[in-house]
Amino acid sequence: MFILLLTIFVLAIFIGFEVITKVPPTLHTPLMSGTNAISGITIVGALVLARQSPGVWEGILAFVAITLAMINVVGGYLVTHRMLGMFKSKKG
Amino acid sequence: MGHDSWADLLYLISAVLFIFGIKGLTHPRTAVRGNMLSVAGMLLAIVTTLIFAEFNWWIAIGGLVAGTVIGAIMALRVQMTAMPQMVALLNGFGGGASTLVAGIAAMLTAASFSAYDRSLRAGDYQEIIATGLSGLIGAVTFFGSLVAWGKLEELAIFKKDWKIPLQQVVNAILLVVTLVLGALMLVAPSWAGLMYFLLALVASVLGVTLVSRIGGADMPVVISLLNSYSGLAAAMTGFVTSNNVLIITGSLVGASGIILTMIMCKAMNRSLTNVIFGGIDAAAATASADEVYAGKVKSTTAEEIAMMLDGARRVMIVPGYGMAVAQAQHAVRDLYHELEARGVTVEFAIHPVAGRMPGHMNVLLAEVDIPYDKLLELDPANAAMEQTDVAIVIGANDVVNPDARENPGSPIAGMPILNVDKAQTVIVVKRSLSPGFAGIPNPLFAADNCLMYFADGKKAILDIVAAVKENG
Repeated sequence: MFILLLTIFVLAIFIGFEVITKVPPTLHTPLMSGTNAISGITIVGALVLARQSPGVWEGILAFVAITLAMINVVGGYLVTHRMLGMFKSKKG
Repeated sequence: MGHDSWADLLYLISAVLFIFGIKGLTHPRTAVRGNMLSVAGMLLAIVTTLIFAEFNWWIAIGGLVAGTVIGAIMALRVQMTAMPQMVALLNGFGGGASTLVAGIAAMLTAASFSAYDRSLRAGDYQEIIATGLSGLIGAVTFFGSLVAWGKLEELAIFKKDWKIPLQQVVNAILLVVTLVLGALMLVAPSWAGLMYFLLALVASVLGVTLVSRIGGADMPVVISLLNSYSGLAAAMTGFVTSNNVLIITGSLVGASGIILTMIMCKAMNRSLTNVIFGGIDAAAATASADEVYAGKVKSTTAEEIAMMLDGARRVMIVPGYGMAVAQAQHAVRDLYHELEARGVTVEFAIHPVAGRMPGHMNVLLAEVDIPYDKLLELDPANAAMEQTDVAIVIGANDVVNPDARENPGSPIAGMPILNVDKAQTVIVVKRSLSPGFAGIPNPLFAADNCLMYFADGKKAILDIVAAVKENG
């Protein structure tokens, strides 16, 4: 199982390099805030570990983790969208 | 197919959406759609988890709603000039979330080992090591990002120089301590919870000490690097929970951050190690400001500039962080329109590290509707410089310092710069002769073809616009 996951990890890094090397400098900030939002995917981990009957501390940690990740997701996508809207609105 | 297979399949689709989403960001025309694909991927991943995982609905819904509201308020209220801080902060939250997720995993591990008194199995190694790494990377990201945010917000406590004695040694010791604590999680798994939180605590200190010494102009590198870390932390939580979508997505973000980091380092001709551990030695082999500027600096007025612009056919505007600070982008737009209306070709030369994060200037100019094909990257800008009649530098300093090209002893020697001194005339809008981030004088200001306009960036540009209009 571990080797399988590690394989996925390494291959995904290569995909990332391939895809992202082509981003033009004009879009570096939206790229950064967009990928930043994507790193909020950790929310899936947070949800999975928010067990049905957690201890007090465990519950608090899960709640804060979900909240932080969701701020990351929603905030990240929204600022990216705002910025991209500005790039889109005009033709040279 | 069982439940888990369906979930994995949906996660795979969401990972593919993320990849297409990032691919869309490679062109301004497809970027909005790309971001939407990425949103769809995220939505799918969250909904899939809500359908297939068993969890506490109160905690989940509470967190999702709270996070959505807070995130939306932050994103809608932020000003474009404050975007670097915003990105740093959001990035930190992602890292913080990963740290807490790993914390829960560590507590569950500890509970399971104390309850059953069992020995380590193969899967446990993966889970515990990944938990430790997630805590280390996540906590460094969280606190590093908070410090970066504080510096960008110019909070008072970050203004003084935080000189930590033997900084490298301290950092190395902190890192070793976290690794030892991580190893102890393997040695005594029933204590994994406690060890983990000690680890996260030490890693938090490490995050602060690593970033606190890094200065303003190096922020593009730091933010890119922390961006990469937040992805890696998410990938590690993927190893903790054996979840493919976390691993794929986290490593995509990790790769993206690393690429940006490398681009930024290259634009400063410095290695990553030098940015993080080095800092610039301003005393090295540069003449003092008095020697460089002695009697050679000429200052000018808005009226004179307007007259020069009147005869110009090609104008190059070079914005820097000072434009963001002075909120001068709207004034710059007015100048752009005024000159274009008179048949002058106006272009913008954007240095990769101008501003406080990658692409910072592009966002500000996009905000005021400057067409993106008017923004030239380093090489095309320099190619156009010799045919440029007037170059106007607004709030940029080190990135137009000819010392980088001509003085091998200079601390910024070899850094690719915008050769504004090759233009017919250079106008530098600046409050004073104070040095830029590198702390060195700029021989450009004393050059024969350079005129200084000492004023606040926004007021200066508005005055020039008014003077140009008056000229008719």
